[in-house]
Amino acid sequence: MSQTVKKTFRCHPEPDECKGCGRCVSACPKKLLKLGSALNIMGVPYAEYSGEGCVGCGACFYTCPEPGAITIYEITPEA
Amino acid sequence: MEYSNKLLLKGNEAVVYGALLAGCDCFFGYPITPASEIAQTAAEKFPLLGRTFLQAECETASINMVMGAAAAGRRVMTASSGLGISLKQEGVSYIATMELPCVIIDVMRGGPGLGNIAPEQSDYNQITKGGGHGGYKVIVLAPGSAQEMCDFAALAFDLADKYRTPVYILTDGVVGQMLESVTLPAVSPRRESPEWALDFKVNPRTNYLTSIYMEAADLEQVNIHLNEKYALIEEKEQRAEEYLADDADYILAGFGICGRVIRTAAERLRAEGIRAGIIRPLTLFPFPEKAFRKHMGHVKSFVSVEMNNGQMINDIKLATDCSRPVSLVNRMGGNLITVDDVVRHVRQLAQGGK
Amino acid sequence: MAEVVKFGRPKGFFETFERRPGSIKKNMSYCPGCGHGVLHKLIAEAMADFGIQDKTTFISPVGCSVFAYYYFDCFGLQVPHGRSAAAATGLTRANPDSIVIGYQGDGDLAAIGFNAFMQAANRGENYCVFFVNNAIYGMTGGQMAPTSLLGQKTATSPYGRNALTEGYPLKISEMVSQLESPVYVERVALTTPANIMKARKAVRKAIQINMEKKGFAFVEVLSGCPVNLKMKPADMDKFIDENMTKYFPLGVYKDVTAEREPVVRPVPTFEKADVEKALYRELPGGDQEHESCDSEIFNRELRIKIGGFGGQGVLSLGLIMAAMGKYRNLNVSWLPSYGPEMRGGTANCAVIVNKGPIGSPIVDSNCDLLVVLNRPSLDKYLPELGENGVLMYDSSTIKEVPAVKPGQKAIALNTGDIAEEFGNLKCANAVMLGAIGAMLTKHYLTPADAAKFQETAEAAIAECFAGKDKIVKMNIEACKLGFDKMQAAL
Repeated sequence: MSQTVKKTFRCHPEPDECKGCGRCVSACPKKLLKLGSALNIMGVPYAEYSGEGCVGCGACFYTCPEPGAITIYEITPEA
Repeated sequence: MEYSNKLLLKGNEAVVYGALLAGCDCFFGYPITPASEIAQTAAEKFPLLGRTFLQAECETASINMVMGAAAAGRRVMTASSGLGISLKQEGVSYIATMELPCVIIDVMRGGPGLGNIAPEQSDYNQITKGGGHGGYKVIVLAPGSAQEMCDFAALAFDLADKYRTPVYILTDGVVGQMLESVTLPAVSPRRESPEWALDFKVNPRTNYLTSIYMEAADLEQVNIHLNEKYALIEEKEQRAEEYLADDADYILAGFGICGRVIRTAAERLRAEGIRAGIIRPLTLFPFPEKAFRKHMGHVKSFVSVEMNNGQMINDIKLATDCSRPVSLVNRMGGNLITVDDVVRHVRQLAQGGK
Repeated sequence: MAEVVKFGRPKGFFETFERRPGSIKKNMSYCPGCGHGVLHKLIAEAMADFGIQDKTTFISPVGCSVFAYYYFDCFGLQVPHGRSAAAATGLTRANPDSIVIGYQGDGDLAAIGFNAFMQAANRGENYCVFFVNNAIYGMTGGQMAPTSLLGQKTATSPYGRNALTEGYPLKISEMVSQLESPVYVERVALTTPANIMKARKAVRKAIQINMEKKGFAFVEVLSGCPVNLKMKPADMDKFIDENMTKYFPLGVYKDVTAEREPVVRPVPTFEKADVEKALYRELPGGDQEHESCDSEIFNRELRIKIGGFGGQGVLSLGLIMAAMGKYRNLNVSWLPSYGPEMRGGTANCAVIVNKGPIGSPIVDSNCDLLVVLNRPSLDKYLPELGENGVLMYDSSTIKEVPAVKPGQKAIALNTGDIAEEFGNLKCANAVMLGAIGAMLTKHYLTPADAAKFQETAEAAIAECFAGKDKIVKMNIEACKLGFDKMQAAL
């Protein structure tokens, strides 16, 4: 019997590559990102992921102007 | 079919023949009198060999097309006259800084301003001192015949490659328009793309070319490097033709058409018993200082013969540390200097014992 | 559990930006929220996905993206302000197999580089252009752009852009889509995720058109400059979506990709045989050159001047004489008057032949042979005739016998009348050539050289009018006629 394996995703904002513009915060359809209060090495508050619920749409990734500040991982449960 | 390599060509035509024989791949230019035959001849001949001729929309575009093709690793040239060259200078400054080889021909006309289309040599200062913004220099060759227009094209490309620099062929409307018999040199093989070129067929994509250096220390290093190169060029590449100079009391100096006028004048002066000789600079940067210094000991004075307001005369004074008088025979506005003008001047010098 | 990257740092970027000075090597130099970064990512991603980095050159303009070569892992060329399209033209013409990406801001493309851009578009150069329109100058600090909106306050339009003084914002996509050559023109905006995904599609399409060599592809990108527009990124997007798109509507303005064939550029040849064929002179009857001539007059510079009315064949008479000299292995020079003077009326040329090297090619004194075909030329050039010089003139227009000095000769032939009688006034110059031959034969040439005159003249005429057989034949006949008439008169 075949079973649909439900894919899950993880959004990882890299604190030290974030310039804190907040574009990803507005872009996320699930409102899973926010700018925190801690400062990174550039001295700006950086984007933080809530920890769960990412649907892997890529909106935050493409909206972010930094090359590698956001990475979205696709998680497949081991067979 | 048999072929002859002996042709009658205008200087403006000969330089294109010379360039194609030297493996020039692309020509980008804009028509202007008295240089237009260069673009016209290129328009006719480049496509016959599958090479690129493109009439640009303006002088500025043409020099930047040259930049692009040079960056791609090709032998490339453009041509214009005075005011058109002024427009190109921004691009030449970039090209010199990025150390791209290319050949630029300036067939000088009357200036300043729109001036006229008659021959002049008033771009001397503009070209030999660099031309555009910043402290760069360019090699400047000064042909005086259709044969030299042809031969100097190959020399220009070789020097451009050797030193990674723009090279000017600087001449005047007379040499450009004059037709003479020319013996074409042999065909050079294609020059392969240099290792710095943005040519994916031979080089890795890590190559890049730029002329912006935001850090003062970096830009200073670039300037030091360029000026070391110019010093080497001054040491190695001075060229001049001397004629009757070894025992001369009076040495006449002139380039382009003036180099021809002084030759005839020197012969006439010799016939009158006045020991005249000539130095005809074939490179204007580097200025052939060694040739002038060599004769400083025996000449009574130097005479600079120029179709401008007296520009090369300053380089003669610098070359000779002002150790001998240097006088000027010149015309402006597109007027030619006659052999008589020069002969009269030297006769007066001789009569005055100067 | 297995974790793979679904969206991450595009491989079209360098892993670290080593060319960038300073300690920050992972980020680009753009301000927070700047649209450049968003567009850079789309381009870098496409380059990597298409596997074209090895053959791509990215042209960095002047503007905030001047350092794009710090970031893109491909060939880089940084060019002067506004000259991107010209440099791209040089690159793609020189190497038609390369992929060239132009990237320009609104000042670079729509102001200082507008002509170069439109001309390259109009030529259909095979490259793609990404045009960042953010309605402001970024690098120089917030001055007015050609695309700044009406009423928009900038550092150089502090009272708001006014159509009467600064004109209207330039609609580049609309303009360029009116040209025949461009293949694809679209305007997109880097605002909402949906708009960014449309921009992504447009970027990929433009690069693909370039890869398929279909010609000029153009994407205008409405992009945010939060710092200079003094807005928060979110407000910035709102400004673009609500204000800019009203004046700059998004969408595809032109797409003829399907119907365009790839641009084919010629392959250059450097083969000896090809080059010689293109440049050397054909010798249909084999090599007949290198015959010397022994007549005394060629032992020194023979200085010839020819003057007349434009259209009388003054310049071609000189050319033929120069070619004759070359055929007899002499050094020759020919110097025409040029430019408007030539078109406006009088024309002249100087010819010098000599066994030895030729000094000044200018003949303004000591003229050995002066040939004049009209009165004004006689008046103007007779004073230049040398001590023992010969004047030859057309007595059909010059009726009075010119007053030459003792030692000089004045020889007349009614060349104009003869040519008219012959059937073509345009052959008067060839008639004069024959007359010169007869004069030289009588006074100056050795019998051996004289015997060669006609043959040499025919070869020279054939060379000067190469490919025009009828004209060659007519001129040869006219030359013979002139020779005979002059010989009879002398």
